[in-house]
Amino acid sequence: MVGHDHPVIEFRGVTKRFGRQLVLDEIDLAVERGKSTVIIGRSGTGKSVLLKHIVGLLKPNRGEVWFEGQRIDTLSERALVPIRRQITFVFQLNALFDSMTVLENVAFPMMENSDVRLDREEIAGLARHCLELVGLAKFGSKRPAELSGGERKRVALARAIALEPPPKVILYDEPTAGLDPQRSDAITKLIRELQEKVHVTGVIVTHDMKLAAEAGDRVLMLYNGRFVADGSPEEVRQIKEPHVHRFVEGIAEPEDVVTYTT
Amino acid sequence: MSRMNAVENMLASTGAAVISGLGDFGRFWSFGSRSISFVPVELMSLRGWRRLLPQCFQIGTRSVPVIMLTGMFIGIILVVQGYEQFDNAGLRDMLGGIVNISVASELGPVLAGVMLAGRVGGALTAELGTMNVTEQLVALRSMGADPIRFLVAPRFLACLLLAPILTCYADLVGALGAWAVFVFYYGGESEPYWRMTKQMVEFWHLNTGLLKALFFGGTIGLVSCYKGFHCKPGAQGVGEACTQAFVISFILILMLDFFLNVFLNGLYNLWYGFRSLI
Ligand SMILES: Nc1ncnc2c1ncn2[C@@H]1O[C@H](COP(=O)(O)OP(=O)(O)OP(=O)(O)O)[C@@H](O)[C@H]1O
Ligand SMILES: [Mg+2]
Repeated sequence: MVGHDHPVIEFRGVTKRFGRQLVLDEIDLAVERGKSTVIIGRSGTGKSVLLKHIVGLLKPNRGEVWFEGQRIDTLSERALVPIRRQITFVFQLNALFDSMTVLENVAFPMMENSDVRLDREEIAGLARHCLELVGLAKFGSKRPAELSGGERKRVALARAIALEPPPKVILYDEPTAGLDPQRSDAITKLIRELQEKVHVTGVIVTHDMKLAAEAGDRVLMLYNGRFVADGSPEEVRQIKEPHVHRFVEGIAEPEDVVTYTT
Repeated sequence: MSRMNAVENMLASTGAAVISGLGDFGRFWSFGSRSISFVPVELMSLRGWRRLLPQCFQIGTRSVPVIMLTGMFIGIILVVQGYEQFDNAGLRDMLGGIVNISVASELGPVLAGVMLAGRVGGALTAELGTMNVTEQLVALRSMGADPIRFLVAPRFLACLLLAPILTCYADLVGALGAWAVFVFYYGGESEPYWRMTKQMVEFWHLNTGLLKALFFGGTIGLVSCYKGFHCKPGAQGVGEACTQAFVISFILILMLDFFLNVFLNGLYNLWYGFRSLI
């Protein structure tokens, strides 16, 4: 294989605005191969927007996005297909297809991905296995609408990991949101295992500091369109900068504290 | 000063509306042409058929009852409307022919189209709109699957192919309904009704009706899918898109009907002029 010293994903001065709202402000980011990069930040700071740039679902207003040494923000939808086949995405809203059963949902990316060299039986087998991994072995024939919120999240996770060969990159948008602490711990371990055993590069957006600490190799905090913290989970926890410190400790920003008056 | 501002504002908002309207128009055409460009590949692959057939069931089979009801009432109402006049003029037996011409060439396709726009168009827009606001369309794209190919092409094709077939149902039931009222309510006779129908209704009428239905079906499919794909977020956005899809389809059906009539009349004259020469 060619030299693997370049980062898998790279953002160079990426700026994104929606109308007048500046969401990403000249972001630079290099995601290291085989590591889990965690992005934390308050609600509405643009974490999901950042993830969507990685697969070209959103295009920057300025700056460049690179994947495996190829610039992708200028590519057309069709040219993006080979790149998208190597990346899977756990969407914040899960985005399960509600016209299909759970099993069909999990199998769908493999059915449509021409890099996958499995027959139908093997695909169904792998899909079932992945459902088992997230503790939903018996739910294959249900419809997404019949599941609880946490179960849907896990189906979305199963869909993201079910690919053969495994995806090069998995983008997790709040993979443990809405899960109970035990299930969330199991998912954290699963993410860790994927990274350790299959060497999947992970980009994890989360508010869950436990997940960040246990599954992350590197934690970045997004604030007002820029990264204000960058380091190992332990380093970020030690940062004394007030915004970061308050976020990590879960203390409200002073201006957000309101007193209830009648 | 303030008057200047008011004028400027008016100009600006008119300009903005025109620009966004033109932008929408352009987007619609590129959406439409991409959808149509996938039709041949979809028809040539097994998976394409697998996607198409369920849509045919949803759009076609399940519309049959309402379409037949529509057709039946068109026929009945035309007979009820026309009977007195025709009877007074002593042209009672002609009624069957006249009614069936207008059902086959005009009212059948148009009203079946409007019915389809309501029943199918609304459902398509709501389905695709919900998929849009819950990020399912984005998810498809992120998997390297083209939502236009996966979702729009089969739905468009089903609308296109089934509108003429459904119109046939409407025409048939319309003719039967008209006959039933003519015979059982007004005491007319069956034989002249069908004879005049056979004499007066030409293949031309039937075919122009079906050609119109083809256009109406395609329009309904494209407009509804487009509106679903471009709806605003939230339940309200989806609801709005459904309303717009219906209104726009309806207006386009009437406009298309006008242009097709003008065009087909020209063709008819040409054809008949030609025929009389031989
Ligand atoms: N398609 C869009 N059009 C307009 N504005 C958008 C769009 N997508 C996101 N935004 C805006 O960008 C900002 C960042 O959104 P984003 O979804 O990335 O937040 P987030 O950091 O993921 O928040 P959360 O933690 O709540 O998921 C928000 O203020 C949102 O309103
Ligand atoms: Mg988000």
